[in-house]
Amino acid sequence: MWLTQILTVSIFNLRNLKERLGPSLATVVGVAGVVLVVIGVLSVGVGFEKTLRSTGGPENVIVMRAGANDELSSGLILEQTKLISDKAEVARNANGPIASAELYVIIDLPKKGAGTPANVPLRGISPAAYDVRDNFEILEGRRFEPGRNEVIVGTAASNQFEGLRIGDEIASGENSWKVVGIFSTGGTVEDSEIWCDARVLQPAYRRGSSFQSVHLKLDSAESFQSFKDSLSSDPRLSVKAVREGEYWAGNSAVLTTTVRVVAILIGGLMGFGAVFGALNTMYTAVSARTREIATLRALGFGTSPVIVSVLVEAVVLASLGGAVGAGLAYFMFNGVQTATMNWQTFSQVAFAFEVTPELMGGGFLYALLMGAVGGLFPAMRAARMPVATALREL
Amino acid sequence: MKLLYLMWRNLTRKPIRTFLTIASVFVAFVLFGVLIAVRTALGAGVELAGVDRMIMIHKVSLIQMLPESYGNKIMADDGVASITHSTWFGGTYVDPKNFFPRVAIDSDTYFEVHPEYEIPAEEMEAWQRNRTGALIGRTIAEKYDLKVGDRIPIQGDIWQTQDGSAWEFTIEGIFDGDKNVDKNQMFFHHKYLTENSGMDGMVGWYSIRVKDPEQSPAIAERLDARFANSPAETKTSTEKAFVQGFANQIGDIGRIALFVSIVVFFTLLLVSGNTVAQSVRERTNELGVLKTLGFSDGQMMAMVLGESFLITILGGGLGLGLVVVVTNFFDLTTSTFPTLYMPWKDVGIGAVLLLVMGFLAGALPAFKALNLTIVDALRRS
Repeated sequence: MWLTQILTVSIFNLRNLKERLGPSLATVVGVAGVVLVVIGVLSVGVGFEKTLRSTGGPENVIVMRAGANDELSSGLILEQTKLISDKAEVARNANGPIASAELYVIIDLPKKGAGTPANVPLRGISPAAYDVRDNFEILEGRRFEPGRNEVIVGTAASNQFEGLRIGDEIASGENSWKVVGIFSTGGTVEDSEIWCDARVLQPAYRRGSSFQSVHLKLDSAESFQSFKDSLSSDPRLSVKAVREGEYWAGNSAVLTTTVRVVAILIGGLMGFGAVFGALNTMYTAVSARTREIATLRALGFGTSPVIVSVLVEAVVLASLGGAVGAGLAYFMFNGVQTATMNWQTFSQVAFAFEVTPELMGGGFLYALLMGAVGGLFPAMRAARMPVATALREL
Repeated sequence: MKLLYLMWRNLTRKPIRTFLTIASVFVAFVLFGVLIAVRTALGAGVELAGVDRMIMIHKVSLIQMLPESYGNKIMADDGVASITHSTWFGGTYVDPKNFFPRVAIDSDTYFEVHPEYEIPAEEMEAWQRNRTGALIGRTIAEKYDLKVGDRIPIQGDIWQTQDGSAWEFTIEGIFDGDKNVDKNQMFFHHKYLTENSGMDGMVGWYSIRVKDPEQSPAIAERLDARFANSPAETKTSTEKAFVQGFANQIGDIGRIALFVSIVVFFTLLLVSGNTVAQSVRERTNELGVLKTLGFSDGQMMAMVLGESFLITILGGGLGLGLVVVVTNFFDLTTSTFPTLYMPWKDVGIGAVLLLVMGFLAGALPAFKALNLTIVDALRRS
């Protein structure tokens, strides 16, 4: 009986929606706008974090000079890189230890769209680098030839910066580099980089025989502690080892936090605005139907079906808005490519916005919440109206 | 007067609705203000970069250093008034999270080229005398509770002391400046850097003050040509272009802020416009009565539009006002946003938006009110 009442009144309300098309539509668009913006901003963060998450397995480790927080400010001399590579915990294959001594510098290249120079990371690698990165593959062209002024370019970098297609020459100071290949490391931060032979990069940047970091693979993820101990007990070394995943996550914490704070701030504030809008619409809807509701009550309908019916209407409108907003967000933002400055590494990171199903679901839930809050108070007012006065109302 | 009274009575008739509408407009303009303030912060320095200053960096990238010997060669150019150089130090103060720029500067010339920093004369003198002295910005002093005379250790990363220990600095002065000056930096003597690190003869970048800003492009070209085909080729640009280029590195922040503002604006316009329209629709009958009483079409329209303006001006004015007061009179700056405020120009833009919004929200119902015939209006209930 009670359920049928709820059903009847709710359906009755929804059927009448077209009578209140203007205000209802305003609610739908309002909620859609909020969901669109919130998902849009959050998708930036998700896309960015994804480039960090997928970098290397737990057995991938970066070794830098003690006291350095990023590769750019680190420095290691050749002997140190050899000592590090020769540690027992480092995995080996036919070519020796899977450890690559690397040089990490910045090269100014114009950013597409802006045209002004951007800090693009240029990494000089040793041959083992390809074995350290599990998902490395050449998408186009070929690897650079050791000893020559050739580079391969990460796929994200190639998209975001000018002059990085196969065959292009990068002029930089006295040097000129020829792009011979486009590579991918499976969507990681390193896809924003340009790679060349470390031994060619050293003289070009006047680094003598020094490096900045050693990227290596341990024989197993568990040997990390004993590897660290063996480094710290070596008097010839003053270095620190961090797991690659932690390194990238730590060196983007500022950026990720900023994006998250902005999303919450904007989304929260806009949510307030939209709830006010929804409240307004529902109050108006209730007051326009004062007599109608009173009639129902006089006919014997209880208060809860009336409350529920108003709530249902608000939630239906909000969920429509949520669906539209989430859909629009997917089409507008998913896969949008961009690059930004990571101040912690002083270099550019290219990434794509990512509208995940979780984000869309979250946005939709947020819409439902806005609808529920926006419908609750008007619903209570509708229920509390004394039947006699309400019937008399114009 | 009579109209104003009627408008006021109409707004107070449904206080909840009026409050909610004003609140949503308020939220819209608070958001607008916050977005503008953030965008201004990210582009900070561009507006106020010294018009007569240029920056010279290594052509390959900022991280490459330039020979100190370039100084005299740059000064030899007729268009150059004065120059100074700086070097990025980096390092860690206790924890990597405590980030603020630390820069080694040429103590003799830096503040001649950068007069915007305000330092008490006696502190300046004390700093000049102490080779391990440091000058820190007001923001740092407050954040880490540092005072003149305190000693701070900085663990070097790019620059190591020759024995590998931390760098020791004594705070000799705390600088201030207007709200566009980045007070989240630390300066110290270039000589201290060279003496303790073993590096010599190189500097990070040059700041060049020119005699006539109009000549900047020509001077930049001359200087870059002077060092072309040398081991350290240079790239000279106006400070404004340099800062702009840096801001561009962050990406399309401006465009994203604009996009969000538009979505927010449109959404809230719809919400408040709808409410005004709704309240007019409900009063069709009354409008008919007013017309019968002799109110003119123009007065009707003015009344409806006036209501809409009242709502947006109240809500938006409060919102804009709040952001202006909070950001301009309280210091909310952090290391992510060294400056954070809303420029008056953008307050003006906000005010114009406010009026546009008030007009658009009220226009349709006002137009309806204008064209209402008495018979029609009275018949509708």
